[in-house]
Order: sequence, then structure tokens, then C-alpha cells
Amino acid sequence: MKERAASVALRTSNDVAFARQAAAKAMAAINASPIKRTKFVTAVSEIARNAVIYGRGGIITFEQVGPAGQRRVVAICEDRGPGINDVDAALKDGFTTGKSLGLGLGGAKRLVDRFEIVSSLRSGTRVTLECGAR
Amino acid sequence: MYDNASPVPIMTINGCVIVAIRDDLDDQEIVSLQDQLVEEVARRSAHGVVIDISSLEIVDTFAGRMLAAMAQMARVMNARTIIVGMRPAVAMTLVELGMTLDGVETALNADRAIDTITGDRTKES
Repeated sequence: MKERAASVALRTSNDVAFARQAAAKAMAAINASPIKRTKFVTAVSEIARNAVIYGRGGIITFEQVGPAGQRRVVAICEDRGPGINDVDAALKDGFTTGKSLGLGLGGAKRLVDRFEIVSSLRSGTRVTLECGAR
Repeated sequence: MYDNASPVPIMTINGCVIVAIRDDLDDQEIVSLQDQLVEEVARRSAHGVVIDISSLEIVDTFAGRMLAAMAQMARVMNARTIIVGMRPAVAMTLVELGMTLDGVETALNADRAIDTITGDRTKES
């Protein structure tokens, strides 16, 4: 069961804030606990910022999936960037090609229940984040 | 100048620069807040900075890095930075992210933070 999808276009740092708001709203809609909500919104913030900074912008879509009582939020973030050369290396803490701490991608993975990343040098990077209510 | 005005009110009490961050500042607003805090420390010859983050639902790696940098800058200017009001969920998330916020002091509330900072000053004089 999928319903109520929301999308946020990612172009500027202000759009990253909009993505956080949409993520918080989706987690509130499944009655997520404060800790799950904070973890998921933080993960979304990291991924959305990556799309803006490294991915030449993109779009993030939120869906609520699963049967009543076991609802989960799935976020899919797709960018138009050059892709990630070595995804395994990029997931390691401390890896960065910019000025950041290099904790965003690996950190986001630790914060959610399911994390998937597909990157190709032609079509950009697609990250899927999934999180339950508890 | 109004266009550079902080989205967050900054005040100085008893030699402490105090700011309560409202929820969801975007990255640019966080950077401009950092600039303004450092300027305020210099202008008021402040001894400390108290940053209340109780309304922040999340602190991601960007915001965390800015808080840590702010504390370092204040220290170079001989001011102590104390962060107050961190929500439990934010603390847990920071640990999972691997953000240790090195050099950033925390206190339970603004009262204690101001006491700590002004107490230090009384001892020195």
C-alpha cells in the first residue's frame, strides 16, 4: 500500500530545509517516536544536502508504505550529478571530496532501518532511506 | 543593515552573548549566525557564548560542524561557549553520526551555563 507521496525539488540549501520539513511531516503521519523522527530527518538532511552540493540538484520523494500499524516512510533522493566513483569508499567515515567531515553518507546509513545507494557515472546517484515508527 | 539581519535575536547579558536558535535554519542562515555571534563577542568583549538549541529537532553534520567551529572561534577570542537544551533524540543522533562536537561544552539549561561563565570571571578578578 502506497499513498500520499510528497516531492521536494533540491536546488539550494533552503530546499534542504524544505526536505527536512517534508520528512518530519511524513514521520509525524505514521506516528513515529521522537527518536526515530529525529534520526530520519537528520539522514534526509545529509542526503538532500549531498544532492545539492555534489549532485547538481535533484528531487526527493517521500512515501508512506506498509499496512496499518507497521507504516514506514520511504524517501528516494535522485540527483543529476556525476555519480560516485567508489560507493564503498564514500560510505566510510571521514571520506569527503569537499570540506565536510565525511560523516554524512555513512552516518545517514546508520540512522535509518534500510539504506540503498545506486550510483552510476552517467545517470547520477539515487539514495533510498526507509524508517519505521518505532 | 537589514538584509544581513540575523533571523535569530542575539542579546548580551552580564558579559554573555546569548542566542536561542529557532527551529530549522538553513545552511546559509547558520553560517550568517556564526559570523554574527563572533562579531558580537568582539563588540561586547564577551566572556562567554550561550547557545540554546532546545527548539532544534535535528543537528546534522553541517550544523554540528558550525557549532564546533563557533566554539573554537570564541575560544580564540577568550570566550567560552556552552550549548544548552540539547534534546535527547538529538544527542543520540549525533553519537550515531559520529559527531563528537570536540571542544563544545554543554549544560542542562541557560541559567547554569551563565552561572558557569560568570563564575569563572569572578574567580579571575
